[in-house]
Amino acid sequence: MSDSILQIRGLGKAFGGDWVLEGIDLDIRRGEFLTLLGPSGCGKTTLLRLIAGLETVSAGSLHLQGRDLTPIPAERRPVNTVFQSYALFPHLTVFENVAFGPRLQGVKGAELRRRVADALETVKLGELAARRPGQLSGGQQQRVAIARALVNQPLMLLLDEPLSALDYKLRKQMQLELKQLQRRLGITFVFVTHDQEEALSMSDRVAVMNAGRIEQLDTPRRVYEDPASLFVARFVGEANLLPARVLEQRPDGLSLELEGKPFEAARPQRFEPGGRVHLLLRPEDLDVWSPEELRRQPEYQARALAATVEEVIYKGAEVDLLVRLESGVQVAATAFFDEEDPTLEYQRGERVFVTWPAGWEVLLPFEDAS
Amino acid sequence: MNRWLKGSYLGLVYLFFYLPIGVLAVFSFNDSKYRLTWQGFTWRWYESLLANEELLQVALNSVLLALVSATLATLLGTLTAVTLYRYRFFGKKLLFGLLYVVILSPDIVMGISLLILFVSLQLPLGFWTLLLAHITFCLPFVAVTVYGRLSGFDDTLTEAARDLGASEWVTFRRVLLPLLMPAVIAGWLLSFTLSMDDVIISYFVTGPTFEILPLKIYSMVRIGVKPEVNALCTLMLGITLIMVLAAHFLLREQPT
Amino acid sequence: MRPAPRGSLFRNATLAVIWLWLLVFVLAPTAMVAVASLLERGTDQFVTAAFSLESFARLFDPLYFQVFWNSIYLAGVTTGLCLLAGYPFAWLIARAPGRIRPLLLLLVIVPFWTSSLIRTYAMVIILKANGLLNGLLLWFGAIDQPLMLLYTEAAVIAGLVYSLLPFMILPLYAAMERLDLRLLEAARDLGAGRTALFLRVVFPLTLPGMIAGCMLVFLPALGLFYIPDLLGGAKILLLGNLIKDQFLAARDWPFGSAVSVVLLLFMALFLLALVYVRRRRADAEAAL
Repeated sequence: MSDSILQIRGLGKAFGGDWVLEGIDLDIRRGEFLTLLGPSGCGKTTLLRLIAGLETVSAGSLHLQGRDLTPIPAERRPVNTVFQSYALFPHLTVFENVAFGPRLQGVKGAELRRRVADALETVKLGELAARRPGQLSGGQQQRVAIARALVNQPLMLLLDEPLSALDYKLRKQMQLELKQLQRRLGITFVFVTHDQEEALSMSDRVAVMNAGRIEQLDTPRRVYEDPASLFVARFVGEANLLPARVLEQRPDGLSLELEGKPFEAARPQRFEPGGRVHLLLRPEDLDVWSPEELRRQPEYQARALAATVEEVIYKGAEVDLLVRLESGVQVAATAFFDEEDPTLEYQRGERVFVTWPAGWEVLLPFEDAS
Repeated sequence: MNRWLKGSYLGLVYLFFYLPIGVLAVFSFNDSKYRLTWQGFTWRWYESLLANEELLQVALNSVLLALVSATLATLLGTLTAVTLYRYRFFGKKLLFGLLYVVILSPDIVMGISLLILFVSLQLPLGFWTLLLAHITFCLPFVAVTVYGRLSGFDDTLTEAARDLGASEWVTFRRVLLPLLMPAVIAGWLLSFTLSMDDVIISYFVTGPTFEILPLKIYSMVRIGVKPEVNALCTLMLGITLIMVLAAHFLLREQPT
Repeated sequence: MRPAPRGSLFRNATLAVIWLWLLVFVLAPTAMVAVASLLERGTDQFVTAAFSLESFARLFDPLYFQVFWNSIYLAGVTTGLCLLAGYPFAWLIARAPGRIRPLLLLLVIVPFWTSSLIRTYAMVIILKANGLLNGLLLWFGAIDQPLMLLYTEAAVIAGLVYSLLPFMILPLYAAMERLDLRLLEAARDLGAGRTALFLRVVFPLTLPGMIAGCMLVFLPALGLFYIPDLLGGAKILLLGNLIKDQFLAARDWPFGSAVSVVLLLFMALFLLALVYVRRRRADAEAAL
């Protein structure tokens, strides 16, 4: 594989007999922005630390450009890390922090000054070289940490939740800057986060992790729109899950029983007749109609599900509705204000009907949804 | 990798710390006056200590001095710590620094400087000069110990008390003091230990009218190794051990 | 910041008492030592009100100069040994598993608070001619007859190290425990091997603890007069013995004060070093 820079095979990590990471197979591509996404304790940081060499491998292998990384200690791996807490050396100036790596490589004098200046320029901190970390804001410390890693010209840059300590606005800004930086430098970024929005907006590919395993590795769009498991569906974005029963399996689709009514799913997925499935629907995919409105939409009438409005949450550009279907399942729907429907008036207790465009549902094997 | 090496290094240093005092304690129970070898268990040396009335009087003097100086130092030190924590005032940093300098300064300098002071004031050397000296070297230890606990507190505690209508005094009495109590007691215990163990400062400010135990021990050990002295030292070690352990566990319990 | 209630009686009363106390029993006496060192020795009084630098000049009298340098040499060796033994020891405790660390620390705190006189006496028991160490050496056949261990310079150094080692370990431990392990990881990630890790990260970050530890060992090692008294016979003198003799035997207060001023100057040097190192990174620590 010429475009793969790091090959991970069967990688596992155990701490005192507890496997926090198991059977990880992953090919990281040259120049990509890969995000490891998952809840805390899912093993994403451990995976990153195994790549960095800060933890020892318990099982499996890592090959960087075909070279076995396992016996190489952290200080001799051509990868660098941006730590969650930045881990800037408090006793060194910004310049000396950035110069730390190159100095150890024997870089001196004018060459050293040029490289440090370049790295600081890259993160727009040229004028703060003489300061100490304690005199910098959180965002500036973040940039120093990035410059300190980049100055070593690593083959891969590993970022361990680097934005989690920043406030919301700064985080948004840094997301954009990091993405631009990665495009400009063409370096492979492996980015760890628990924030799904961050993962979707920055990455080329997302690896969704849970309980020490990778549940799905795909583009952000596919992860969101076509989740491979119930876990991914619920962790990435908001998800409505409607239980249904398989009536018949046909080459072009499935016949289901949904909310006591027959329902035709267009997806050519295989499920056994009589088995149970979950229909995944994103809130923004759902349309909510009043009885009069539904009468004007004949194509939806057969498939509409009756429901009662339970909560109306006004959010400025949109309205979030919580409605309860007749079967008792609660569903969230998001309606956006636009020219066609400028009113969007709903009352609690109002009888409504829920529909969605044909084929937008995702079928997942039934799991106990607790 | 070299866990064994690390463990043995730790063990070696602890052996260095505890072997001599362990030997001292064991010998205090050895039924032989001069011999190195074990001749059987005895309480003999402790009994002869208890029979020594002059020594008992000296010990009593020391306990009295330690009780009074620890109590007064704790009172003053606690008030100082609370003031340092609660208020902003001119010279706060200076006061802080001075307390640390007193802790760090060599005993011998404090000893002779107090001697010069007391002689200049023509105070007769004895109980009162010892008391003043002991309060002076215990006070900063209490202040620092209590301040250490205070600085772990949530500032909103005192704000909440004031919000609920408590005056300065009530805030101190009902909120800070109960929370501080473990540190105050620990400070007292450590002061008591310091006072019972001090040799150098007391050496300069003591007088013939009021003999105290550490100086008595000093004059005894200068003469040579004796089983009675072993017993006396073991007793002192035991008292220190109990006091330090108590202080340690009081301080370890964290405020919530 | 905390609210600052103004002009409370409680605050003013406490401040008045504590300042008065420190003024009378710390600042004034110290100033008196400094003044006494600059006066002449009196005949019926201890000092007379005549300015003189003679006491400081006498420090260079060959007789005293030798004591002076020997004491500094002993304190230096003691400090060096304590640092050498204490640094790895403190590091091992600071990196010990969380369950046993409190116990390991407590085992250092206990000797820290224990009477150094009694511990010195325990050392006498170990080192004396028919003591434990000689007994062991004879038993193993390493020697034929008891060695003269007591009343040697080595015995004095052993006693000083024994008394003062906890004072080196505790400040070092405090500095090492505060050391953020992520900084070590960051350094390794940036290519630092063992040597670079120590020289560029661990050493500078534990420097304040080292200076504090060295001060807490060096100054008492100049002053603990009962240690050479008990372990060195009358042959070895510390500055502490010199001061003690000048005040209580020779009754030469100006000279005794001059020696004490030298001790205070050493302390001032250590404190300046500490303030310098701390200030260089005070702002850095504030952010962490």
